Amino acid sequence: MDAAVAEKPTRFETVMTPAEPVIMKERKPKIVTEGVTVHYGDKQAIYPLDIEIPDRAVSAFIGPSGCGKSTFLRCINRMNDTIPTARVGGRITIDGEDIYDPALDVVQLRARVGMVFQKPNPFPKSIFDNIAYGPRIHGLARNKTDLEEIVENSLKRAGLFEEVKDRLQSPGTGLSGGQQQRLCIARAIAVNPDVILMDEPCSALDPIATARIEELIDELRENYCIIIVTHSMQQAARVSQLTAFFHLGTLVEVGDTEAIFTNPQERRTQDYIMGRFG
Amino acid sequence: MADVTADTSRTRTGSWNSDQARARTRKRYAAERRFRMYGIGALCFALAFLLILFTTIIGTGWTAFLQSKFLLNVTFAEDVIAPDGKRDEQALRLANWDKIARTALYQAIGADEANRKQRKDANELLSRGIDVQLRDMVLADPGLIGQTRPVWLLAHGNVDALLKGAIDRDIPEARRQLNDQQLAWVDAAVEKGILSKKFNSGLFTFGASSQPETAGLLVAIVGSFFMMLTVALLAVPIGVAAAIYLEEFAPKNRWTDLIEVNINNLAAVPSIVFGLLGLAVFINFMGLPRSASLVGGLVLTLMTLPTVIIASRAALTAVPPSIREGALGVGASKMQAVFHHVLPLALPGIMTGTIIGLVQALGETAPLLMIGLVAFVVDVPSTPLEPATALPVQIYMWASSAERGFVERTAGATIVLLGFLFIMNALAVFLRRRFERRW
Repeated sequence: MDAAVAEKPTRFETVMTPAEPVIMKERKPKIVTEGVTVHYGDKQAIYPLDIEIPDRAVSAFIGPSGCGKSTFLRCINRMNDTIPTARVGGRITIDGEDIYDPALDVVQLRARVGMVFQKPNPFPKSIFDNIAYGPRIHGLARNKTDLEEIVENSLKRAGLFEEVKDRLQSPGTGLSGGQQQRLCIARAIAVNPDVILMDEPCSALDPIATARIEELIDELRENYCIIIVTHSMQQAARVSQLTAFFHLGTLVEVGDTEAIFTNPQERRTQDYIMGRFG
Repeated sequence: MADVTADTSRTRTGSWNSDQARARTRKRYAAERRFRMYGIGALCFALAFLLILFTTIIGTGWTAFLQSKFLLNVTFAEDVIAPDGKRDEQALRLANWDKIARTALYQAIGADEANRKQRKDANELLSRGIDVQLRDMVLADPGLIGQTRPVWLLAHGNVDALLKGAIDRDIPEARRQLNDQQLAWVDAAVEKGILSKKFNSGLFTFGASSQPETAGLLVAIVGSFFMMLTVALLAVPIGVAAAIYLEEFAPKNRWTDLIEVNINNLAAVPSIVFGLLGLAVFINFMGLPRSASLVGGLVLTLMTLPTVIIASRAALTAVPPSIREGALGVGASKMQAVFHHVLPLALPGIMTGTIIGLVQALGETAPLLMIGLVAFVVDVPSTPLEPATALPVQIYMWASSAERGFVERTAGATIVLLGFLFIMNALAVFLRRRFERRW
């Protein structure tokens, strides 16, 4: 162990609120991490972090800017691999399978763990092609009818079908911001993932579009394990069942959303939720 | 007077209508006006020079697209062309074509065929290239033998110069290119309408010649075409592949930094150095033929590669990272993300940069001097391995010839070269407009 790390405690105690979150009793854990660390070059972005994330529920990561919540989110589909200086340590398992196992194909992983980004980023192609792209490269459709069905179902699940059914061939970039973000969600669910990661999906949207996306997240919870990073405490309180509070690269407190917001155990969590820093 | 003191305190601290503030505003406006004037001045200066360049080139060069020709009733007499009855190609090539043309000319201008002096003077009115012209006509259609047809035959360069006003009639006969008898014939022929300036198709169909009236650009155009083909087939795939690898796949470390710096340096290497390199590597070491357009193409490829790589990298960098993330996020591999999403978006930029590189290569002369493309090539090359010249090199060669006909041809060839460059640039603009995507 090198000197720089030795000066700081190597492991932070994460507070569980309540001692065992109710949601974890009701749902089986989907994602389990043990001592996950992330370094960007010499700078440590995440200190050893343990968390269990429940299946078929929405988990929210909250915390001030630069606290490592997005970095941690991007570990779950190995998006950090694309940053040359990033190093990830520790162990992350999805359904008991280590996702950093060298034998595991990262492309397969990303098909199982979909991602929606902060800024809507539809491909500059037609609405149809935006959604059909994933199924095409993964060979999910046997023929054209199959593909059309997948596109239609994905759009319906993302609550966008009624608005765009007459213009599937027009460019996806021509939609409004909120519609574009729902298109991106439809694109993510078209490849039939288990987990959907959302990195501040509503930060570029107006309140009405935000409400629409939140409704959608609530519906999707039935079938997917959803993790959402958000700056809005109200949003975390509205959509999630489990909330995790990050601060300075550590996971401070994790627990049932209701318990975290009504009865936080940690001082820092309380200060953040009350808006004393952020 | 309390409000008065309040007013002065406000003006003192720089209210927006104080004298100082007004002075500052005036100064700011004056500075902006001055800067605009500088800009307009610079623009006018540049435009003026461009205008001078174009007026001189077009003014000198437009006459190169016209050529003086005699309209003669040529009798393809069988006893002259094929006296022994043989009509095979070999016999036709050796026939006395000059005699056929001259007989027609004597009749048309009324020269005395029996008078040796008159014959000589009359012969000097026709180009020396007419035998080839008549021979090719008959080779193409042997049925002409025995018939009489009106044919436009090339006039001599001196006649052409006279018609274009380049020969002064007032200088004494002894020092004039055409004597008084010839002048009289020419004037009479013009009067009768059997001598006039026609469109000079020869400029595009002849190769090199020592007579200006039969000198053309075809060898140079074909040579330049082969070179552009070589450059397009080699520089574009190699350059784009290198750019994609460096931009999307290569690790960012000291080695790739070094490569990047060196590619940028290569773009600034004087082109004559590339010529020397081509001479040493392609001709001396690899033994490729001298004067071949293939070698020229290879040298120009080396020269164009840095431009293509730099332009392609810039186009790839301009594609927003969110597109790559989106593709990777749905489980595309790195290569799928690049080829399905990034490359199509970067393509307009890549194409524009590539065409700019090609345009640069088309106008390049210096490296071609080193590898023997400055050559007197009469026969049009049919493969890139045969001797050829290039358009800019042809301009260089014609520019060093003294005859009036070559002076106008130099400018004419410049117009042709500029025309090609203009077309290619227009194509670049069109492709960019057509395929540019917004996101």
